[in-house]
Amino acid sequence: MNQAIHTIPLDWYTLLSSILFCIGVMGVLFRRNAIIIFMSIELMLNAVNLLLVAFSAYHNDAAGQVFVFFTMAVAAAEIAVGLAILVVVYRNTKSTDIDVLNRLKG
Amino acid sequence: MTVYLFAILGFFAILSALMVVLTKNPIHSILYLVLTFFAIAGEYVLLNAQFLAIVNIIVYAGAIMVLFLFVVMLLNLNEETEPHKSVLRKLIAVIAAGLLLVVLVGSLKGADNMSIKPFSQNTGLIENLGKVLFNDFLLPFEVSAVLFLAAMVGAVMLGKKDIK
Amino acid sequence: MMQLAALIPFFPLAGFIIIGLLNKRMPKNMAAMFACAMLLISFGLSVSVFMNISGHATEIQLFSWINAGTFSASFNFLLDPLSSIFLLIITGVGFLIHIYSIGYMHDDEKHNIFFAYLNLFIFFMLVLVLGSSYLLMFVGWEGVGLSSYLLIGFWFKNNSYNNAAKKAFIMNRIGDLGFLLGIILLFITFGSSDYATIFPKAQGFMTGDSMITTITLLLFVGAIGKSAQIPLYTWLPDAMAGPTPVSALIHAATMVTAGIYMVARSGILYALAPVSMYVVALIGVVTAVFAATIALTQNDIKKVLAYSTVSQLGYMFLGLGVGAFSASVFHVMTHAFFKALLFLGAGSVIHGLGGEQDIRNMGGLRKKLPITFITFLLATLAISGIPPFSGFFSKDEILAHAFASNKIFWVLGVIGSMMTAFYMFRLLFLTFYGTYRGDEHKVHPHESPSSMTVPLIILAILSTIGGFVGVPESLGGTSQISKFLDPVFQPAQAKMMMIENSSSISEIALMGITVAVVLASILLAWYFYVSRKRVPSPEGTKLPVLTNLSYHKYYVDEIYNALITKPLDAISLFLKNIVDNKLIDGIVNATGKLTEWLSGLMRFVQTGNVDFYLLAMVIGMACIIFFKLM
Repeated sequence: MNQAIHTIPLDWYTLLSSILFCIGVMGVLFRRNAIIIFMSIELMLNAVNLLLVAFSAYHNDAAGQVFVFFTMAVAAAEIAVGLAILVVVYRNTKSTDIDVLNRLKG
Repeated sequence: MTVYLFAILGFFAILSALMVVLTKNPIHSILYLVLTFFAIAGEYVLLNAQFLAIVNIIVYAGAIMVLFLFVVMLLNLNEETEPHKSVLRKLIAVIAAGLLLVVLVGSLKGADNMSIKPFSQNTGLIENLGKVLFNDFLLPFEVSAVLFLAAMVGAVMLGKKDIK
Repeated sequence: MMQLAALIPFFPLAGFIIIGLLNKRMPKNMAAMFACAMLLISFGLSVSVFMNISGHATEIQLFSWINAGTFSASFNFLLDPLSSIFLLIITGVGFLIHIYSIGYMHDDEKHNIFFAYLNLFIFFMLVLVLGSSYLLMFVGWEGVGLSSYLLIGFWFKNNSYNNAAKKAFIMNRIGDLGFLLGIILLFITFGSSDYATIFPKAQGFMTGDSMITTITLLLFVGAIGKSAQIPLYTWLPDAMAGPTPVSALIHAATMVTAGIYMVARSGILYALAPVSMYVVALIGVVTAVFAATIALTQNDIKKVLAYSTVSQLGYMFLGLGVGAFSASVFHVMTHAFFKALLFLGAGSVIHGLGGEQDIRNMGGLRKKLPITFITFLLATLAISGIPPFSGFFSKDEILAHAFASNKIFWVLGVIGSMMTAFYMFRLLFLTFYGTYRGDEHKVHPHESPSSMTVPLIILAILSTIGGFVGVPESLGGTSQISKFLDPVFQPAQAKMMMIENSSSISEIALMGITVAVVLASILLAWYFYVSRKRVPSPEGTKLPVLTNLSYHKYYVDEIYNALITKPLDAISLFLKNIVDNKLIDGIVNATGKLTEWLSGLMRFVQTGNVDFYLLAMVIGMACIIFFKLM
């Protein structure tokens, strides 16, 4: 088992995680729909979770995975509140386009 | 063998993620995201983090994505009403993200030889995780309960219709 | 007992503070009495100090004033023969002038403030002569300058009086710069400004040492300003704008003698610098003659006396310059007596004539103002140097030393004496003899009240007998004042290796020449102004060239105006308009405009567009990581 897991160098996990993260970033900048942006943020969080678990496995430290717990918990709470806000905004502006929210213009 | 598994799962994860960003239909985006989560759960299993793999699927794919789907259905979004950005902005977005990727990869390349400790097969099993969670991380655990409470209250308050 | 002497300056200070604070709430009589009482107490203490003074100096420590690292100065008083004589002069003559002011300023609306200012002046003058260090002397120096400004411009509603006050203060300032530089050099050379430290150390220097020469020349610049010598003398005639008691006290008897005191005190330093001594004597004698020539043609009674003061101060500096230190101090004393008397007498005439100051409108006042006339006559005899009056002994001692040192100075001194006698008697004759030339219907000349005449009488007595403390050996006297002052000047005299005094015969011969010359000029004045009844021409008539030059004070004021004042004004205007208004205001305004412009640019960052903010975040993240890598 030892060798099986450790045949994959840690660098590859890092690379995979970075790519997923950047795809998430691109999603945030690419789309105008607020819901898709939320989902891209979820993607970013997952990429980070992946990295944490990888390090936890390679260093034999359970703290990494426990941290992933908490990240997931926070992500869930954040989504709940965020979507509630989104619904309120939709009720007022009848659109989920983030460009509509520009009343703070200087 | 593991390498192949890793490669396939990784490939699927990246492909699904890209489709999340690029499809026009929001419903399709959500479904692709679910697929991404499955791929990542598979990666977790590869790392012997079995508990987390299951939790990932249950919480993320099961609860959060369903919530998203609810909201999309509620707001009745579909392909025609989807707003688009101008080509220039899309290009800028791609460049910015690419920039970030280059910098991240560059920084990680220069990192020292990451040390690897001898493998213990208990890490990642639920018994071990439970012990660590309730012994070392008890306070964050309790605090996250308060966090959920706050989120619940907030979401309910926000969702209420104004009583005229 | 000597410790009590430290209180001497503080009585006038208390007078100033109390009268100044209670100003309008104090009745006039009480304020006047209080001020005079303060002076009387100080005078009494000065007398007791004088009685108890011994040969060597007593230093009274008051408190430590500045203590900063290696630099320290303390507030100490020094009592020795020189300062005790000056104490007597200041408090004694000051007291008499205070009494005089009771009558003179009786009807003035700012009566109380006048006495407060007078007391303030006395306080600072006492600090000046009592100070045991140059720094403390400088405090008094500045303080008397301030009091002089306040008192010259006393009737401040008249703008020309204010200008005169400003002129006095500013010219003093120019001199003070030299004084201050001198003190700084003293600090650098000797490490302290205390007399007790400097004078013993100075003994070790070589005669003609360049540092000492520089120091003494700079100190003398201060004396030029304060004691109205060429070229900083033009403020003194203008200072006659102040009330007459002020002219008597400050500009005749005391403040202008501060320069003499300073040079006399620094005797040892000057003895070490023959070049400075020569400069002092030269400027003194030139001023003496120059001012006398101007006084010959002046028509304002106070202006004549002012130029006479400048001239007599020149004599005192001449005395100091040729090494006759005690003779100069003696002349300070006698000059205080007769010059104060002259000014107070002039004030009495002015008061009696209701404000008239032009001698062309006076005449024949002998009968109408008898006491004033007699005292004025005695003072005029004293200033002209007729024996046995006081001025004779002091002036002749100076001239004798001048003869021993430099014959040309002696000749110039004698010429000056001639002119002094001439213009003083001209003043006397035109004012008191002949017929009254004023308008009988408008003005009723009358004698002054006793509060004004009693001081005149006392000063007249002093002018007459005051000379007997300094009768020289050649006439059979014991020259008490020189002996009294000997301990103070002895180190300086030793350094100078005084030329042995010429024999008594030649001294008597010199005195005879001087007296004869003076008598001749008095007779000349009698001839012109009594026999021929000549009256100076009224304003506006064309005068012969030399008389015109003298009458217009050689146009010195106009020259100063053109050479110095106008360019300075032009520079000041330039700086105000261009540098201040355009440049500095421009820089300040530009800073404001720059901030506005920058914020105008920054404004565009706040687009309100979430999109843009997200992009900015991502790029920021990338930059941070990038720079962390670097």
